[in-house]
Amino acid sequence: MAPAHAIGGLGALPTVTGSIGERPMDLARIRNFSIIAHIDHGKSTLSDRILEMTGAVDMRQMRDQYLDSMDLERERGITIKAQNVRVEWKGDVFHLIDTPGHVDFGYEVSRSLAACEGVVLVVDAAQGIEAQTLANCYLAMEHDLEIVAALNKIDLPAADPDRYAAEIEKVLGIPADSILRISAKTGTGVDALLDAVAERIPPPTGDEDAPLQALIFDSQFDQYRGVVSSVRVMHGRLTAGSKVTFMQAAASHEAIEIGIRRPVPTPVAELGPGEVGYLIAGIKEVAQARSGETITTSLRGADTPLAGYRDPKPMVFSGLFPIDGDEFENLRDSLEKLSLNDASVTYVPESSGALGFGFRCGFLGLLHMEIVKERLEREFGLGLIATAPSVEYQVTQTDGSVVHVANPAELPQVQSIERIAEPYYKILIITPTDYTGTLMELCQARRGEMGKIEYLSSERVELQYELPLAEVVVDFFDQLKSRSQGYASLDYEPSGYRASDLVRVDVLLNGQTADAFSTIVHRSGAAAYGRRMTEKLRELIPRQLFDVPIQAAIGGKVIARETVRAKRKDVLAKCYGGDITRKRKLLERQKEGKKRMKSIGRVEVPGDVFISVLKLGD
Amino acid sequence: MSGAADVRLQDSQFGVYVHVPFCASRCDYCAFATWTDRQHLVERYLTAVRTEIRRAVDDGMARATSVFVGGGTPTLVPGDDLATVISAIPVVDGAEVTVECNPDDVTESLLCSYRDAGVNRVSIGVQSMVPHVLLALGRRHDPDNVVAAVDAVRAVGLATFNLDVIYGTVGERLSDWEATLASIVALDPPHVSAYGLTVEPGTPLADDPDRFPDDDDQADKYERTDDVLAGVGMRNYEVSNWCRPGHECRHNQLYWRQGDYRGFGCAAHSHRNGRRWWNVRTPDRYVDLVESGCETEAAGETLDERTRHREALELALRTSDGVPLDALEGSALPGLVTRAGDRWVLTRAGRLLANEVSLRLG
Repeated sequence: MAPAHAIGGLGALPTVTGSIGERPMDLARIRNFSIIAHIDHGKSTLSDRILEMTGAVDMRQMRDQYLDSMDLERERGITIKAQNVRVEWKGDVFHLIDTPGHVDFGYEVSRSLAACEGVVLVVDAAQGIEAQTLANCYLAMEHDLEIVAALNKIDLPAADPDRYAAEIEKVLGIPADSILRISAKTGTGVDALLDAVAERIPPPTGDEDAPLQALIFDSQFDQYRGVVSSVRVMHGRLTAGSKVTFMQAAASHEAIEIGIRRPVPTPVAELGPGEVGYLIAGIKEVAQARSGETITTSLRGADTPLAGYRDPKPMVFSGLFPIDGDEFENLRDSLEKLSLNDASVTYVPESSGALGFGFRCGFLGLLHMEIVKERLEREFGLGLIATAPSVEYQVTQTDGSVVHVANPAELPQVQSIERIAEPYYKILIITPTDYTGTLMELCQARRGEMGKIEYLSSERVELQYELPLAEVVVDFFDQLKSRSQGYASLDYEPSGYRASDLVRVDVLLNGQTADAFSTIVHRSGAAAYGRRMTEKLRELIPRQLFDVPIQAAIGGKVIARETVRAKRKDVLAKCYGGDITRKRKLLERQKEGKKRMKSIGRVEVPGDVFISVLKLGD
Repeated sequence: MSGAADVRLQDSQFGVYVHVPFCASRCDYCAFATWTDRQHLVERYLTAVRTEIRRAVDDGMARATSVFVGGGTPTLVPGDDLATVISAIPVVDGAEVTVECNPDDVTESLLCSYRDAGVNRVSIGVQSMVPHVLLALGRRHDPDNVVAAVDAVRAVGLATFNLDVIYGTVGERLSDWEATLASIVALDPPHVSAYGLTVEPGTPLADDPDRFPDDDDQADKYERTDDVLAGVGMRNYEVSNWCRPGHECRHNQLYWRQGDYRGFGCAAHSHRNGRRWWNVRTPDRYVDLVESGCETEAAGETLDERTRHREALELALRTSDGVPLDALEGSALPGLVTRAGDRWVLTRAGRLLANEVSLRLG
């Protein structure tokens, strides 16, 4: 196998001429931007078209090159994405910067935007602006980024660009006559869009002679090269072979390779102010090169890091247990591997009386939790049970000590608790006014405190609430979407801890506490919660060979009880000549079904019951 | 005796099944291969079955120790025609030969033509003796016809007979079921098959959850059935089958002991030494294939030794034969199995939960 740093030297790849290779780079000729688009509104088609139209490679070469890249990826595990790409347009250099797409990753979006001077907003001309796009646009506005808006898919018969241009003007204040009309599919108007990028998005500013400050806005793990970070140089110069310091991590590394993606990684000797590229520094896990990290030179470096860094803090916690107890070590290995390229997952071993050995994992949010669980199951072939998600409580004990509890089962004894504080979130909802009432009801039912209401237009309103995070993690987003028919968008950020009157509701299956079901809830809702929980479990737990009492209890006092009656009949009535094969297969299926059950005590519980139980409904 | 082999039959046991896929009307819980609109095919179909039988005989098919003619509604086709089919099957002396009968169709003359072809057992589809339950089942016969049919069976002198009944129909009260039980017991049948109504995928019933049977209701009725039939000296010898001593259905026992059998007609299943296969499903295709001299097999499977062994245990568990002690941790299933000599046998509660017990085999 060729030495790893030879990627840039692949002779078969087309060489790019012009200013891209020139040093130093003239700042006035650089444009750094992201594309903000709702899913399916044409972001990747537009990215492809830009790659093609900027002449980096022609259409056929692009396809060949793409395929080559995929082969590379397969053979050598090198991740080459059409993201953070450098292209050239009429003598200017464009850096196209990719952004993640969900509210759980809001911080990553904000870091990506911090590497830009502008954004291209792409809106489907047949559907209009979608709620989720707004939050990112507001984020771009907060970063003082220039927004170049474009209505895409104007070739569609259903396209109504006039109507949606007016809507964008109303909602975002972008003049309708400045909104471009394009078809990324056919290429119509894409040249004008690129011209607009060059004209309207300001060039970066930065001092080449100042100490180096470079922002990491994305890091990916590559099994052969270690962490490959996307960087944007703000000031100074990032030079290949130099010793660099990661300021927040307080660690030094050698800049083994720096380069640009065009889109194939191409090593360069240095990156100057305003430039975007990649850095390989022999780092083994992305946690050491997080988004938001500031890089400077180890010698005569910058005194202060760039503003805006924060440690990604897990907000939602859940126990992950292998359905098959023998898979525990496998789960540990898988979590280790997964965390190499997802720095935001935390995990510590946990043992549960009900579920055996597993890990208490921390996630950025519910979606993140689902993604991680799915990756573990799909990429690592594990069968997992996730317990009810919990937030992290601050428990002040009577002796004055404070403990952090992310697992309800570990809540101290009631008598030694002085008070419990829970995390609150400031949430921002943007919704068509039609849904204001129902969304306010939702927030109030979730113990929300209204901040303010602001009318963005006669049709759109912004609601601000302070909500306990515990109330947000349980299907709040689903409820928001269903109550607003998908139109409301949500953004949220932590707003500190507040003391609350909280109690732990335990669940007893067949007389034994099933710790995995324990939940911390507000006292005012505990009885109702206990009733709903037991009712729901009665529906979800299949009948067993014996009666299974299900009880909810607070501090040993039973507040609700249901019983799953013993199963009395499970037999095929007929089993004659033509039935035998079918009967055998039925039993095989039944046996497979049992494998998806987890035994808690003697009770067989379906693996997805913990997730289903969450959807208690309001 | 050890393992499952002891419950397999001797090689000399061999069954023949003949499928008659025609019905006057379709019961909406029925998932069998039956048709109500293929009357025009009857003659060609029976000819095709005779042809298939003749080919099998030419290929050296063994003489049958039991024959079962089922459906569909065998009594819907002319008795003499069916008799020619039955006569075409070589049987050993003393073979058990059964025909399924719709009570509405049974007459002494029909039974005579069967008897003359060697039939010595009929299975009468009673289903229920309560009119509103019969209606809910989509059955049209008059309960009095059942009484008349049984009289005819006795008059003609058939050796034995079975009554088929179904419990758990929507609207059937426990008292309705008790009435059905009382009515059939009054007919002093040597054999009763009582089936819990089952929702089969693809049937009209499957699309109507309001009419799904209730497990607890069916369990109550099963227990009542067992009480009533035991009370008149009938013994349960398989989950859904009771009889007076010596009246066990040998053909069905052959199925449950993994014996070899050959099925003729559309959708009929066959088994030989671990290989199972089945014919094409529709009578039209069956007739076409036979007439053009082609194979009628639609698909099949060959069981590996392990699967075959397991299947043997699953089948045996459902019967009063039970399974060898080492096949099951019976002591962990108190109340569901009981020890009978060197075998675990399902109790009544265990029979109702036979699938659950099956999952713990081996």
